Amino acid sequence: MNILEFTLLVAMGSFVAGLLGALTGLGGGVVLVPLLTIFFKVDIRYAIGASLVSVIATSSGAAAAYVKEGFSNIRIGMFLEIATTLGALCGAFLATIVSTRALAIIFGLVLLYSAYLSRKPRTPEQRNLPPDPRATRLRLNGSFPSEEGIRFYNVQNVPTGFSLMFGAGALSGMLGIGSGAVKVLAMDQAMKIPFKVSTTTSNFMIGVTAAASAGIYLNRGYVDPGLAMPVMLGVLAGSLLGVHILIKAETNVLRWVFSLVIVALGAQMVYKGIAGTI
Amino acid sequence: MTRDWTDRRIELTVGNLLRAGVILSAIVVFTGACIYLVRHGFSPAGYQVFRGEPADLRTLPGILRSALHFSGRGIIQLGLVLLILTPVARVAFSILGFAEEHDRLYVIFTTVVLLILLYSLLGSGSAF
Repeated sequence: MNILEFTLLVAMGSFVAGLLGALTGLGGGVVLVPLLTIFFKVDIRYAIGASLVSVIATSSGAAAAYVKEGFSNIRIGMFLEIATTLGALCGAFLATIVSTRALAIIFGLVLLYSAYLSRKPRTPEQRNLPPDPRATRLRLNGSFPSEEGIRFYNVQNVPTGFSLMFGAGALSGMLGIGSGAVKVLAMDQAMKIPFKVSTTTSNFMIGVTAAASAGIYLNRGYVDPGLAMPVMLGVLAGSLLGVHILIKAETNVLRWVFSLVIVALGAQMVYKGIAGTI
Repeated sequence: MTRDWTDRRIELTVGNLLRAGVILSAIVVFTGACIYLVRHGFSPAGYQVFRGEPADLRTLPGILRSALHFSGRGIIQLGLVLLILTPVARVAFSILGFAEEHDRLYVIFTTVVLLILLYSLLGSGSAF
């Protein structure tokens, strides 16, 4: 395979990953690394570097659209970014000392877990919780426009949420993914932040988290321009198209299919890691 | 209520800033891609073995130098650096926004995030 063919194939694969990621809300980054390592036989370190760069592109590219809806909470995002960026530094450091086999196994397990999270029925939202003094002091409580008018919410369990965010950052830095699923879990489940606010704020945080480890990857020589170029351009184009053609009726089937793909890729990553063929 | 309004204004500006950064970096990456593919498109591709990038694609001075020599890979890498700097610019801009609101707590939080980001770019083995 010459470079031109390789570039076009990787760009097409990344385009589809970005498109499905945006349509299902699961993020395209999560299937990129398995796609590159399993089908294109790319070394997992190059794959992680390229994926990380594309995560910054999709998160930043979509931010303007999300902001207009008025759901994201800039204070929650900024406060929790302290945890995610510190976690990302640790994750990027870990990635250099952990073997590629172990990386593949961890990656596979994270894939399986995020597929489980996306299929798990959401626990009904608890409303009108009393204000937590910690959240009040940190000015995290906010409001957003809903069908019933402006809705206010009180943020809970700040320390738990903060610790989970550190973990999300570490996974992001180690595996080159956005780890949006863990971020949403921390905000939606632990901190009791409304789902819409959690997902949009998470998207906002993903770019900053990824930037914290991308610098380290760049100066370690894990970011190859020839590989990162088709990945970044493909994912960006796919996800922008996905955001525009989002059709509600079909996304449920799509989510099912995409979850199955994630499970299959996750199982294969674990298998290859154990067999040592990664 | 003024706070809410300023918050929205900061968020909108930040959103547009991010989009502009992504568009700019995508254009630079695409330009580099054209040069790279015209020159090297028919060489064999190989990413099976990890070699790590050469020094001039790992540090900012090196990347700038190879971009100025119209190296396709150098220009792509410059576009990727612009992309990495986009969220950093967002954080830096948010400090100004919070300062304008006299929100000292969040000026401090945002500065901490900026310092962590700068450490990852400058401190650790130094890409810049």
